[in-house]
Amino acid sequence: MRTKSIQIITVALIMVVTMFGACKDKGAKSGSNKDAASKVYVEPGKYDEFYNFVSGGFSGQMSVYGIPSGRLFRIIPVFSVDPTSGYGYSEETKPMLNTSHGFVPWDDSHHPALSVSEGAHDGRWAFINANNTPRIARIDLKTFRTVDIIEIPNSSGNHSSPFITQNSEYVVAGTRFSYPMDDAASNPDVSIDTYKENFKGTVSFIGIDPKSGNMSLSFQIILPGMNFDLARAGKKASGDWVFFSCYNSEQANTLLEVNASQKDKDFVMAVNWKKCEELVKQGKGTKKKVRYAHNTYSDETHSAKSEILTESIMLDPKEYEGLVYFMPCPKSPHGCDVDPSGKYIVASGKLAAVIPVFSFDKITKAIEAKTFEGDYQGIPVLKYDAVLHGEVKKPGLGPLHTEFDANGFAYTSFFVSSEIVKWNVEKLEVVDRVPTYYSIGHLSVPGGPTTKPWGKYVIAYNKITKDRYLPTGPELTQSAQLYSIEGEKMKLLLDFPTTGEPHYAEAIPADLVAKNSVKIFKIEENKHPYAAKGEAQAKVERKGNEVHVWMTSIRSHFTPDNIEGVKMGDVVYFHVTNLEQDWDVPHGFAVKGANNAELLIMPGETATLKWSPDRVGVFPMYCTDFCSALHQEMQGYVRVSPAGSNVPLSFSTGKVAPAPAK
Amino acid sequence: MKKISLSVTAILAIFLMASCGGENNSSNANASASKEVGSDQTQEASAEETSDKGIGKFTDIKLDPTLNKAFADGGKGIYDMKCGSCHRLTEERLVGPGFKGVTERRKPEWIMNFITNAAEMLDKDPAAIAMLEECLVRMPNQNLSDDDARNVLEFLRMNDGLK
Repeated sequence: MRTKSIQIITVALIMVVTMFGACKDKGAKSGSNKDAASKVYVEPGKYDEFYNFVSGGFSGQMSVYGIPSGRLFRIIPVFSVDPTSGYGYSEETKPMLNTSHGFVPWDDSHHPALSVSEGAHDGRWAFINANNTPRIARIDLKTFRTVDIIEIPNSSGNHSSPFITQNSEYVVAGTRFSYPMDDAASNPDVSIDTYKENFKGTVSFIGIDPKSGNMSLSFQIILPGMNFDLARAGKKASGDWVFFSCYNSEQANTLLEVNASQKDKDFVMAVNWKKCEELVKQGKGTKKKVRYAHNTYSDETHSAKSEILTESIMLDPKEYEGLVYFMPCPKSPHGCDVDPSGKYIVASGKLAAVIPVFSFDKITKAIEAKTFEGDYQGIPVLKYDAVLHGEVKKPGLGPLHTEFDANGFAYTSFFVSSEIVKWNVEKLEVVDRVPTYYSIGHLSVPGGPTTKPWGKYVIAYNKITKDRYLPTGPELTQSAQLYSIEGEKMKLLLDFPTTGEPHYAEAIPADLVAKNSVKIFKIEENKHPYAAKGEAQAKVERKGNEVHVWMTSIRSHFTPDNIEGVKMGDVVYFHVTNLEQDWDVPHGFAVKGANNAELLIMPGETATLKWSPDRVGVFPMYCTDFCSALHQEMQGYVRVSPAGSNVPLSFSTGKVAPAPAK
Repeated sequence: MKKISLSVTAILAIFLMASCGGENNSSNANASASKEVGSDQTQEASAEETSDKGIGKFTDIKLDPTLNKAFADGGKGIYDMKCGSCHRLTEERLVGPGFKGVTERRKPEWIMNFITNAAEMLDKDPAAIAMLEECLVRMPNQNLSDDDARNVLEFLRMNDGLK
């Protein structure tokens, strides 16, 4: 049975490859090998070995795939509204997208970071950054829901984020776009061409409560204006440090394409977060007046709340020795990755012809001996040769990011030469290279950024798809590619499409996450103020021009399902509680003319849809999620009467029609 | 560890397949299910599958001849939250059958097994299957504990007039 299916797939694959080759003369470029199908085939009903948490890029979300099959399981709404689930539309979830700029319904999410204990995945939370309106979100891997979003003040372009320290003490946030900041204010009104004089950058450390995971802004560091790009926390010996790549040390404010590529070297910045933490504990640092939102979601009230906070502690590294050092790094470094031992920091100068590898041991010694080549705006710059482990020579063109396996090898993505290059971290020798289709950005080895890489695969997240899939007009699917790294040579196994633009991703063994997955919310524990825990609690009440409906849903009816006495000018709140207590029985709720979205309500949950009727009449409402054999019967009506009408407010669940005479 | 989780998956998959097929088991559709179970099939099939006590962990429930008021009150709260949407306290059928007389029609073990093990019983227990064919909505697992099920049983006994 299994062999047969595999044969069929193999035959199909060969046919596709052959046909593709015949039409487009691309046979050689398909890049796959004949036994690939059996390596990615997961039989119907069987589970994948890894979860792959993939950033959604400009979709603002995070998607979840199975590896090795490449099957999409779920798109978790994070920074963008999601009409499918009602996220950002329901009254309960709107506060999640609140910011100091008000409600922001979209963002650009780049880098997932999975929680770690002693540097290894622990399967508790996923974090992800919002680049445009700077924020970090935390997703609870028990529910796969966004439960915490914190806005980053004194920041713009939150790109080097949310890379996590080795015991999930902090996630970090660095400004990609420095902007004007002075002692009094963040972002005063100044001329753009005063960059060198007025623009500053910051990196922020967001503390994570070890039990609840709740995020809080612990401290920020004010830095010279330039672009902070990517980051990684150290591990083991280097565990007290976080390393950030920086470009535009030229401090250009226009045509960065040219003007930010003038110098031979920019920087990798080393920040001793432990020392910063100690200073903050001693009450050091300046309290700055700021405004930022912190939004949290509760599985008990099934509701989010948003608060605006107003204080930040700012450390200036010029005032305290030992907090921040710059290390020269060739040509606009992008990726900045730490190997599993914590001994080596790999920076990828995206315009350089080498990959520099820094040694943490040498960095420590250079700091002790003050082996500086000077300073950059008051911050010491270590000597390149003093901190360098060595350079990988002529590795390829346009190195971007590096992941690691457990056997001392690094895998670096090359955008320009469109390939993954495998090299030995100690010896700095290239041992293998494999093409990607096309122009790889990030890449991911399961556990690749941790002290405990699980290995087995490397996944390429490509920037260009072109001719790899059936065309869909000018806008094509985004794509990822799965390679085996079990042998000496990397082997392409699978192409799979992704949603949004995939930037970084992490993969984690399914065992670490699946066992904790919540199946239902217990109705007894529902603390939503408008929950109807049983049909006896279903009711409709008027408060001025607000009409509140405590509604229940269960296969296959709503209670109440007939409502009268709503009048023009009223605002109706449908608070729908799903009374089911069985796995995989959500109910949907939609009402005609609603200007927002549907609700999708999980078992035991309460969610609220706001509806402002715009005309008189009778309006249907119905369950949108096929729930049972009588799903098509799961419907009701709301009557809307003219303003001032004397139709009394009433509701019912209806009388059961008498059985027809036999 | 992985092997175990895989085999659990496999079992789950088989279970799901079975449950999908379950509705096609056109056993005694018109029969008064529980009676027929007791008389015809006990000898041939395994006792577990055809017992009028249903299928599940409850095989011997000892009941007092008088009502346990505390149990019944607890059961009322659970009924209101988790059962009342589909089951009236009269004989009237809503989504599922009305509860009036249920403690006379069914053994206490059958009731408690069905409450706590609905999915398996809807696939294997002839009486449960017969009711599914009538009602067409699978009795959901409403996540009741053993004590909850006992309390609901007592509430149903009270509903049937026990004092």
